[in-house]
Amino acid sequence: MENIRRVISVIVMNESSVLARITALFAGRGYNIDSLTVAPIPQSNFSHITIVTKGDKRIIEQITKQLNKLVPVFKVMEHEEMIEKEMVMVKFSVKERLSDIAALCGAYNGGIVNVGTDIVIAMATDEPKRIEHFLEATQIFNPIEVVRGGVVAIER
Amino acid sequence: MKMNGSQMVCEAITREGVKVVFGYPGGAIMNVYDEIYKQDGFKHILNRHEQASVHAADGYARATGEVGVAMVTSGPGFTNAVTGLATAYMDSIPLVVISGQVPLSLIGTDGFQEIDAVGISRPCTKHNYLVRDINDLPRILKEAFYLARSGRPGPVLVDIPKDVTAEFGEFDYPDSVDIPTYKPSCKGNDRQIKKAAEAIINAKKPLIYIGGGTVLSNASELVRELTQITQIPAVETLMARGVMGADNPLLLGMLGMHGNYASNMAMSETDLIISLGARFDDRVTGKLSEFARYAQIIHVDIDPANIGKLVDVDYPIVGDITIVVEKLIEQLQERVNPKNYESWRDVLKRYDTLHPQSFKDSDEVLKPQWVIERIGKLVGKEAIITSDVGQHQMWAAQHYPFDRARQWINSGGLGTMGFGFPAALGAKVGCPDKIVINITGDGSILMNMQELVTAAEYEIPVINVILNNHYLGMVRQWQTFFYDKRYSETDLSYQPNFKALAEACGGIGYDVTTKEEFDRVLLEAIERKKVCFINVAIDRLENVLPMVPSGGALYNMMLEHKD
Repeated sequence: MENIRRVISVIVMNESSVLARITALFAGRGYNIDSLTVAPIPQSNFSHITIVTKGDKRIIEQITKQLNKLVPVFKVMEHEEMIEKEMVMVKFSVKERLSDIAALCGAYNGGIVNVGTDIVIAMATDEPKRIEHFLEATQIFNPIEVVRGGVVAIER
Repeated sequence: MKMNGSQMVCEAITREGVKVVFGYPGGAIMNVYDEIYKQDGFKHILNRHEQASVHAADGYARATGEVGVAMVTSGPGFTNAVTGLATAYMDSIPLVVISGQVPLSLIGTDGFQEIDAVGISRPCTKHNYLVRDINDLPRILKEAFYLARSGRPGPVLVDIPKDVTAEFGEFDYPDSVDIPTYKPSCKGNDRQIKKAAEAIINAKKPLIYIGGGTVLSNASELVRELTQITQIPAVETLMARGVMGADNPLLLGMLGMHGNYASNMAMSETDLIISLGARFDDRVTGKLSEFARYAQIIHVDIDPANIGKLVDVDYPIVGDITIVVEKLIEQLQERVNPKNYESWRDVLKRYDTLHPQSFKDSDEVLKPQWVIERIGKLVGKEAIITSDVGQHQMWAAQHYPFDRARQWINSGGLGTMGFGFPAALGAKVGCPDKIVINITGDGSILMNMQELVTAAEYEIPVINVILNNHYLGMVRQWQTFFYDKRYSETDLSYQPNFKALAEACGGIGYDVTTKEEFDRVLLEAIERKKVCFINVAIDRLENVLPMVPSGGALYNMMLEHKD
């Protein structure tokens, strides 16, 4: 069976070790995690975890079922129709062409967020595919460091 | 009511109706043991190794259907218990295991006897807790019992730091449990059940495939009724032996790697599998691409993750076997025509006549199959049979005339050597009126032989029949078949004197080499009501047959082995 990319949202109780339960499940059963983000849901006892994974149909089905079996897991959503966004921050030397960098970031919903004596930090927020393109485009400015934030998604 | 954490533990155990706790004290759990000393709500049995405590609680749970409880200390006490947890987890056995932990202030400092118990046990428990606040303890204890026995049962670990067991708090034990994230579905979807019933009515060669979930759901009588009104033949997995009863004409036998010919052929030729609480384990299916090629599948299981995990399912039904089979019977009664399956039953009968489950008996040397059948003849329905893991386990599953569910107790999923003896202790404690016999091997029995002392001290008369071939028999068999007889580290010729060993620990021992001796000794052992080892010298090179070689197709059985 063919491998497919899937974005899965997991709503979990806010309690210690819940993230460990989820990552241990992926590790123990040999599933992939491409990215994982987690943050509390405001005014609730729950957190929202977004996991990007790969696998064939049977594996993706097992992932959602096994996640659902974990006691602190409230809900598992396998996204089909969604908006997904990822954030990335890139560090450049201040000697690079800053206006070009700013223009590039502007095309990817970002901009320059910090300028120091030696370095400048730029960021972009966009769909994961476009973030890849953004990172390719930054190559000519000799990026010093790249930090990606992982995908968050919301059902349309 | 104000009480300390240790009193809460004892009180919760008592309120849950638990009569016996198996365990072993140590530093971090001492406060709880101090309360155990003062209370009389339950009895405590001191095993001589934590692994045995968990297996004993497990055997108790399997024999009685109640939640088993074990108690251990932190660090090595807990790590010794892990095999017990994993064994129970793989077979979905309801357990609550309480472990001590170093005080909260020491957690994370590599304190004496500190180990991350919840971290280690995460993959081998249904759920686990580290109790950080005395105010959470009553709720956690209640949840632990509820989680262990509800939905797909399983072991739950409650890890309690020593200071929490000393701290005082309000003991408000909840009557019920409401975990918003945990709602197992038991009822089964009515539309799916209707569709499944239609498929059964239209099938020509249906087969009921019974798994351990049927035992856990206490659905044995209902499943017998289902087969009775439909006259559909049935096969049992290793975990389901006894559900149909050995005398039942509709039972073909056990299927899988060491299943009988008719069962495996039935699975290979059926056009509709009705799977009741089974999970299509690799030891059952053989090569998946060749498994049940002509069959549609109805899969009834309380755990949705079991459905569609290994095989594609046509009629998935998530629910408790008892409830779903009741509904199926309702749908099928008066509509199903048992005559429709008559020619199918005839085919299977011919398969069974062609290659019945049999063995070649001998007058020179005791055959293990004879010993097992003989136990069946002498004590049959009266006994609970436990086993360890290996050849003796398969021979027992093949040859013992199991009459009812919960009569057969073995470690099917994890395959834990050393399980049988402590599990037998637990079964005997839970069912004191039954004769409890552990059918074991000369390899397995040594893995928890210290329980001789426990059994002697508490006067738990468990009989261990050691089928002694001076080999680690199952591995030896594979070496014979698949490794050109290179018997790497499987020769167990160097052995203890089993008779003397049992006697040294306060039990009784026998050495047996003939059929006459065996009859006499077994009856005498039952009579003497003491823990005992019956060391039976059996044919060294006897193999478990038939056999589907690992990874082979289920219909390609090795029926005999010629040198």
